[in-house]
Amino acid sequence: MMSSPRIDRRIGIAIVALAIVILPWVLPAYGSFELTYVGAYAIAILGLVILTGLSGQISLGHGAFLAVGGYTVAILGQHAGVPYWLSICAAGVICGLLGLAIGLVASRLEGVYLALSTFALAVATPSILKHFKGLTGGSGGITLPTIAAPGALHAGLSPEQWLYYLTWAIAGLLFFVASSLLRGRIGRSLRALRDNEVAAVSFGVSPSYYKTLAFGWSAAYAGIAGALVAVATAFVSPDSYGFAVSLALVTGAVLGGLDSLWGALIGAVIIEFLPLWAQKISSAAPSIVYGLALIVVMLFAPGGIAGFFRRVVVDLRRRLPTHSRRPL
Amino acid sequence: MHDLAQQIVSGLATGSIFASLALALVLIYRSMGVINFAQGEMAMFTTFIAWQLVQQGLPIWAAFALTIVVAFVGGVALEVVLIRPVERAAPLTIVIVTLGLLITLNGLAGLFWGYVVKPFPTPFPTTPIHVGSVSFSAQDIGIILVSLAALGIITLFFQKTKLGLAMRAAALYPDESRVLGIRVSRMLALGWGLAAVMGAISGIMVAPVVFLDPNMMQGIIVYAFAAAVLGGIESPLGAVIGGLVLGVVLNLLGTYVEAIGTDLRLGVAFAIIVVVLLFRPAGLFGRVGTQRV
Repeated sequence: MMSSPRIDRRIGIAIVALAIVILPWVLPAYGSFELTYVGAYAIAILGLVILTGLSGQISLGHGAFLAVGGYTVAILGQHAGVPYWLSICAAGVICGLLGLAIGLVASRLEGVYLALSTFALAVATPSILKHFKGLTGGSGGITLPTIAAPGALHAGLSPEQWLYYLTWAIAGLLFFVASSLLRGRIGRSLRALRDNEVAAVSFGVSPSYYKTLAFGWSAAYAGIAGALVAVATAFVSPDSYGFAVSLALVTGAVLGGLDSLWGALIGAVIIEFLPLWAQKISSAAPSIVYGLALIVVMLFAPGGIAGFFRRVVVDLRRRLPTHSRRPL
Repeated sequence: MHDLAQQIVSGLATGSIFASLALALVLIYRSMGVINFAQGEMAMFTTFIAWQLVQQGLPIWAAFALTIVVAFVGGVALEVVLIRPVERAAPLTIVIVTLGLLITLNGLAGLFWGYVVKPFPTPFPTTPIHVGSVSFSAQDIGIILVSLAALGIITLFFQKTKLGLAMRAAALYPDESRVLGIRVSRMLALGWGLAAVMGAISGIMVAPVVFLDPNMMQGIIVYAFAAAVLGGIESPLGAVIGGLVLGVVLNLLGTYVEAIGTDLRLGVAFAIIVVVLLFRPAGLFGRVGTQRV
């Protein structure tokens, strides 16, 4: 019965990774397609977990970065014929730089003001996209070519499966990068700033440097997620990047758990499947469920679902007599 | 020139709607340092209640008055049930709770009244008012008068009544007020009630113009944010002037500057918010605060 949290975590990761690899072979094509969105949303929510959970900055406007990511792929493909794999990288870079620029501004705004500004950005995004018709195609949007597995893989993988593996491979890589960086100096500095800025500063941690960095990092993730969503949907239009998208991302991050990388995964599953399920009751049901869930989680389980499970696990360990009492 | 005068008056009309909603935000911000992201949806919801009352056969002004009562009670109830438990929590927690309220109210309105856009009866005459050779829309003038009257009553309430004084004291010095026997949390609930009333007024004034649907306040709340920030988020007078200025400026920009048109209005509001917060965070009328660390 000896199990350490570290081994538990590795087993958890191995099980999830295995499930991700196997699922497209047992699910119908449509199931893989839905799970592709889960992968993309998980990347975007991971960005929010880094920004809000670890750096304490509230962004209600990450839908805007999703939009920039999506339009980067669409515009580069349409006007310059850039292949999608390259433009997905470009989306990450462009949004990362944009995020750094906004982060410079954001690091000077206190919590509530940042939330207010990003709220305005989220609401304004569709109308700004509509305005620059020459670039964005206006209200009609831009249709992207559908993609299929390249070369040798073409025979073995359906387009849905290829999209799925592409998205989840990128998600896996980005989760790995986040988990490594957050365990090191960057993660420590961000947590220190979030928990006690004055103390962190007196240990030589620069708030503006790390907060700006977190914004850029988070925006790059959102941009890549937006690019993947656009590639999967094969279409971008202003109204698909409305305030609802930004709200869904925040909802996913809060319900999943703002202080945990697992939370991003859980949140992504929630925002993909919960609306589909609730829609069957009424077209208003998804909003009501989202809204009430946000309030209930904040009042009773601020760590979200991931935080709740962690508490349960910690509690169980304490009760197991055979377990060695190591600090968690 | 006639055209310009008309544009300014109609800008003042939209501006006074922004001002009412901005004042609602300021009322809550001053009392608890929180931005109520659900303020717009609360206004939308109460406007639907007014619509429902009119459908039941009530005259529009009676529906208006009854809705204000309902809004007040609703605002107080929301504070007691949702906000009081997180009153002392981190800003992030309160922001998320008000977001949850925003989404829930939006969904409930969709559930009760559907997403089809509905016309809303205007409480004002439809014949234009002639001043000299210029004609103004009676609706614009009516909106300005009603909003200014509401703002005036709120100001008198805060300046001239004992309850208003207690509310101001509770907002500025909660601990000292408690010692003096003021029930601070009751004052906060009262603040939410008044904010809901201002929201309801803005909603009923704007509904005949933008029509009624669950998302009707989504853009207007952003303008109200911009107005509040421009005037100084802690200053009621600032919110009113910020709202009026914003209404006129946006209307003139939309009419006379082709590059902005109607699409970029929200973008302009966003830009105003960011620029003011960066370079003059206290706004035009706010006091610059100092922070002890």
